[in-house]
Amino acid sequence: MSDGVLTSGRQRGLFAAWRAMLVRDLTLAMRRRADVLTSLFFFVIVVSLFPLGVSPEMAVLRGIAPGVIWVAALLATMLSLGRMFADDHQDGSLEQTLLLPHPLSMLVLGKVLAHWLVSGLPLVLLSPLLGMQLGLEGEAIGLLMVTLLLGTPVLSLIGATGAALTLGVRGGGVLVSLLVLPLYIPVLIFGTGAVDAGISGMDYEGHLSLLGAFLVMALLTTPLATAAALRISVE
Amino acid sequence: MALKDSIAWYHFSAPKNFYPLAGKVIPWFWGLTIALLLVGLYLSFFVAPTDYKQGESYRIIYIHVPAAWMSMLIYLVMAIYAIIGLAWKVRLADMMASALAPTGAMFTFLALWTGAFWGKPTWGTYWVWDARLTSELILLFLYIGFISLQSAIDDPRRAAKASGLLAIVGVINLPIIYFSVQWWNTLHQGASVSPTMAPKMATIMLTTMLIMTFAFWMYTIVIVLMRVRRIILERERQTSWVMELFGAEASGEKDEKGERK
Repeated sequence: MSDGVLTSGRQRGLFAAWRAMLVRDLTLAMRRRADVLTSLFFFVIVVSLFPLGVSPEMAVLRGIAPGVIWVAALLATMLSLGRMFADDHQDGSLEQTLLLPHPLSMLVLGKVLAHWLVSGLPLVLLSPLLGMQLGLEGEAIGLLMVTLLLGTPVLSLIGATGAALTLGVRGGGVLVSLLVLPLYIPVLIFGTGAVDAGISGMDYEGHLSLLGAFLVMALLTTPLATAAALRISVE
Repeated sequence: MALKDSIAWYHFSAPKNFYPLAGKVIPWFWGLTIALLLVGLYLSFFVAPTDYKQGESYRIIYIHVPAAWMSMLIYLVMAIYAIIGLAWKVRLADMMASALAPTGAMFTFLALWTGAFWGKPTWGTYWVWDARLTSELILLFLYIGFISLQSAIDDPRRAAKASGLLAIVGVINLPIIYFSVQWWNTLHQGASVSPTMAPKMATIMLTTMLIMTFAFWMYTIVIVLMRVRRIILERERQTSWVMELFGAEASGEKDEKGERK
């Protein structure tokens, strides 16, 4: 009886801690809006460079548009990974987080969700505009948004592990891209694959299902890896 | 008997006891490496028949295929050592993992390089975005990530743990990456060139390839044991047994400087 009360109290405590973590990270991000906007503008600028570098022909651009937007999203996510744990590590609040009685992986999940809301979701919302710039049309743009919606959380989740591993390491910013980009390849393949398939009138549901499967798998496994990496980095 | 075996196992998992053991077996593995390499190279250059389609240039596969196999095997072994190191906190396993990485990266690079040299006369191009080539390239990236993470962290224990975790994450992702790349490839390229060999390979070709693989395998063991001995000395330089070892050789307190001269 008392055990049950204790457990439910613990669970409520966990949810409260999780929400507090999420709200805290979102508040911090909103107070430093410039950081958020920087990686967003980076996304826009990288995409805008391709017409200048490759060709302004709409036919050419339409062919490479899904890949360009996806690669730019990968790089923009990479740019914002450093923020995820570095500040907390510097001011010592990360160590306090590790001392909490709640499972660290759940708290990590809260931080990752905050990261995605701040740096992943804006990319999804901005992608139709960039898609139109590169000559994509109605259905393809919708498909691009769906793939980014499924894929960018995976990028944040995997990126969290990389960010935790390189915490406080010399040249961590460059190193994290070396560690994480190879692991992003499957998401990139199926993200662009779905849009390409949609453009050429083929079946794209398989790609979307796989992206969804990646998301589920990343949700289940990466918080554990990130928590382990944080403990290694902070100990 | 089983108990005795397990005691020996624990005994040699201590770097102090492993160091002399490795030193003793290294010459034997050198002998095996050289013998297998001589036989393998002789067979591949003089005994194996000329391929009726590809001519003499196909002979590079006797380096290429074993190197590619070793590159994958080494990553797997490295991840297993990383798991042992993280789960049971065996220092020697961490050291083995970090000793394996450079050799694995070397074989990956060798496989890519020889593949390019084989591709030019056979396919007419050095590089094709084929599923196998692409996955091998990604494997090289994973090795480089492991090595750079390890060298970026100064504290050797933290470096071993962090890179060990990375190796485990990598080994879980490898099959996913491999199958993604394969699917991507079939979608993008259709049935263009494929590096699969003729289904019916002459027995002598297969034998040669296996002998070369074992030669590379023995070479890996030699190099990794040599490297792990260096790593043991470096990480254990504060311990009395290392000081004694070099105290006896250099007959002085300044063991490191004495050793270098």
